[in-house]
Amino acid sequence: MTIPLNHLLIFTSLLFLIGLYGALTRRNLVGILMSIEIMLNAVNVNFVLFAASLSPKAGQVFVLFIIVMAAATASVGLAIVLAIYRNQKTIYTDQINLLKW
Amino acid sequence: MNLFDSLASASFYAVLVGVLATATLTVMVRNLFHAAIFLAFTLIGVAIVYLFLRAEFLAGIQILLYVGAIMTLVIFAIMLTSKIGDPQMPQSNRQGIPVLMALAAAGVFLVSMILKMPWNAALVIQKTDAVELGKALMGEFVLPFEIVSLVLLAAMIGAIVIARSDQ
Amino acid sequence: MENADQIFVILKRSLMTWAGVFLPDWSLVFLSILISIGAIAVFGPVTMMYLTLLERKLVGRIQNRYGPNRVGFWGLLQPIADGIKMLTKEDIIPEKADRFAHFLAPVVIVIPALLIFSVIPFGRGMVAVDLSIGLLFFLALSSTTTIWIFVAAWGSRNKFSLLGGMRAVAQMISYEIPMVLSVVPVLIVAGSFSTVAIVEAQSGLNWFVFTPWGIAGFLIFFLTGVAEVNRTPFDLPEGESEIVAGFHTEYSGMKFALFYMAEFMNTFSISAIVATVYLGGWQGPWLPSWVWFFAKTYALIFVMMWFRGTLPRLRVDQLMGFAWKFLLPLALVNLLIAGIWTEFKTPANNIVSSLILFAALVILYWANRPEIPKKRVYRYAYADE
Repeated sequence: MTIPLNHLLIFTSLLFLIGLYGALTRRNLVGILMSIEIMLNAVNVNFVLFAASLSPKAGQVFVLFIIVMAAATASVGLAIVLAIYRNQKTIYTDQINLLKW
Repeated sequence: MNLFDSLASASFYAVLVGVLATATLTVMVRNLFHAAIFLAFTLIGVAIVYLFLRAEFLAGIQILLYVGAIMTLVIFAIMLTSKIGDPQMPQSNRQGIPVLMALAAAGVFLVSMILKMPWNAALVIQKTDAVELGKALMGEFVLPFEIVSLVLLAAMIGAIVIARSDQ
Repeated sequence: MENADQIFVILKRSLMTWAGVFLPDWSLVFLSILISIGAIAVFGPVTMMYLTLLERKLVGRIQNRYGPNRVGFWGLLQPIADGIKMLTKEDIIPEKADRFAHFLAPVVIVIPALLIFSVIPFGRGMVAVDLSIGLLFFLALSSTTTIWIFVAAWGSRNKFSLLGGMRAVAQMISYEIPMVLSVVPVLIVAGSFSTVAIVEAQSGLNWFVFTPWGIAGFLIFFLTGVAEVNRTPFDLPEGESEIVAGFHTEYSGMKFALFYMAEFMNTFSISAIVATVYLGGWQGPWLPSWVWFFAKTYALIFVMMWFRGTLPRLRVDQLMGFAWKFLLPLALVNLLIAGIWTEFKTPANNIVSSLILFAALVILYWANRPEIPKKRVYRYAYADE
C-alpha cells in the first residue's frame, strides 16, 4: 500500500488550516483551545509522516514531546479559563475587555 | 495492485476524509459540548492515521494521552464554565467571511506548492519499536526529555495555583 | 495432550482448508480474519450474558438465598429472558436531554470493551491480533471509557446523573495512574508490549506473581482494574440506593443493555489481562493452555463477585485517598524494586526487594492511618453533679 506523499501533506495542511479557522473564528475560549489542539495534531501527523520516510527515531520522539507539551498547554490554559470564569462570569472573548480604555 | 492494496488505500483515504470532516464539524458547531465530542473523534481518527503509518506506539500514546486525559480536561472545563440553557449565543464572531477567504487563499497557495515540489523522500514506511524509542529518549534526546519534565512540573504547579479558589 | 491443547487452532485450520477448496486465494485471508472476528463477536456477548447469571447466583448464595432458578434448569435461560426484556422495553428519552449525546454515549462505550478482546491470548497460538503494542492498546482503550460516561451523564440533563458522572470521571482518572504504573515492571522484565511475548516470558511456573514486585503489582493492578470497571467496592458512580442509578439513570431498554454489556465485558477483559500479565496467561503444567487461561480468568472474576457480595461501598474521599495516597506511592516503589530485582540477579535481589517493599508498606500504612477523634468533653451536659 503506497500513498503518494503529496496527498498526506495536503491532508496535514488542510487540517492545520481548519484548526486555524477555528482559532480565529470562535468566540469561546475553550473553543479556541480546542482548535489549537487540532493544529497541534496536524503538525504531529506531519512529523510522523516524515519520520516514516526519513528518520524514524527523531520524528517520533519529537511527536512525543509535542503531545506532552500540548497536555501542559491545555491544562494551564484551562486553569486560566476557570480563573477568568470565576472573576468575570463569562468566557466569551469579546466580553472580556477590562483592559480596554 | 491487487485487491488488498486497493482496499487498504480506499480505507486510508476514507479515514483521512473522515478526520477532515470531524475537524470541520468541531470548529463550526454551535453547541460547545458537541464540538468537544467531535474533537474526541478527530483525535481518534488521527491515532488511526498513525496506525496506518506504522507508528504504533504513538497511536497508543495518542489515544491514552489525548483522548483519555486531555479530552477529559476539556470536557470538565466546558462543564464548569457553561450555563445550561443559553444556546442562542453565537459561537463565532463576525470575522467568519474574511478569515475564510484569507485561509482559502493560503490553502490554495500551500496545495499548489506541495504539488509542484519534487519530494525526493519516497514514502517507504519503516516500523519503529517502542524499545528503540525508549533508548533514543534516554540516549540521544535526554536533554529535551529532562527539560520537558521540568516544564510539566511547572505547568502542574501553575495550574494548581491559578485554578485554586481564594480561600 | 497436544491435540487437546491446540484444538481451536486445528479447528480453524481445517475450516480454512475446507473453504479453500471452493474459494479463490485472495479471499482466504479475509476468511481467516472473519473467523477470528466472528469467534470474538460470538464469545464476547455470550460470556457477558452468562457472567450476569453467574453474578446473580453467586451473590445470591453469599446472601443465603438461591439466585434465579426459575427460567430453565438452574436458571440457565435467565440471560435470554433478560435479553428479550431489554430488547422489548420502550426507549425513553427525556424531553430536555441532549439527543445527540444521549444516543452516542452507549454506542461508543461498547466499542473499546469489544476491541480489547482482540489482544487477549486465549491459549498457545490463539490470539486474534498479535499487536506489537498489545498492552498499551489495552491501557489506551480502557482510558477512553471515561469521557463517554461523562457524555452520558451530561446528556441526560439530570442532577443525579451529573453527580454520578463527575464521581465516575474523578474515580477513573485517579485510578488510571496506578494502573499504568503497576504494569511497567512487567514491561521492564518482559521487554515488550506484546501480550504474547509477556506470556512467553513467564514460561513454566515462574509466573510474575511469584516475585516481590509481582505480588505488589498484581494487587495494585487488580484493585485498580476493579475500580476502572466501576464495581463494588468502587461502584460509587452507579451506586444504587444512593443516587438512583448514577450516570445511567435515564437510559432504558437497549441503551441500558449496552451499558450493562460494556460493564461485564470490561470485567472479563480486565480479569483476562491481569491473568495474562501477572498470573502467567495460559502457562501451566499439565492441562491444555486454554483451560488454564479460563481457570485463572474465572478465578479472578469469582474474586470480583465475592467483593461485590461482601464489601460495602467506599466513600468518595476514602476512594480518592486510597488511590492518590496509597496506591500511587506503592506503584512507584514497586517500579523501583522491579529495577533492583532485574539488576542484581542473585538470591539477594529477592531479599532486598522484599525488604524495601515491606518498609514502603509500613510507611504508607502509618501515613494513612485513620484519624480517630478524641472523645469530646462537654462542659455543662453531665447530670451527675
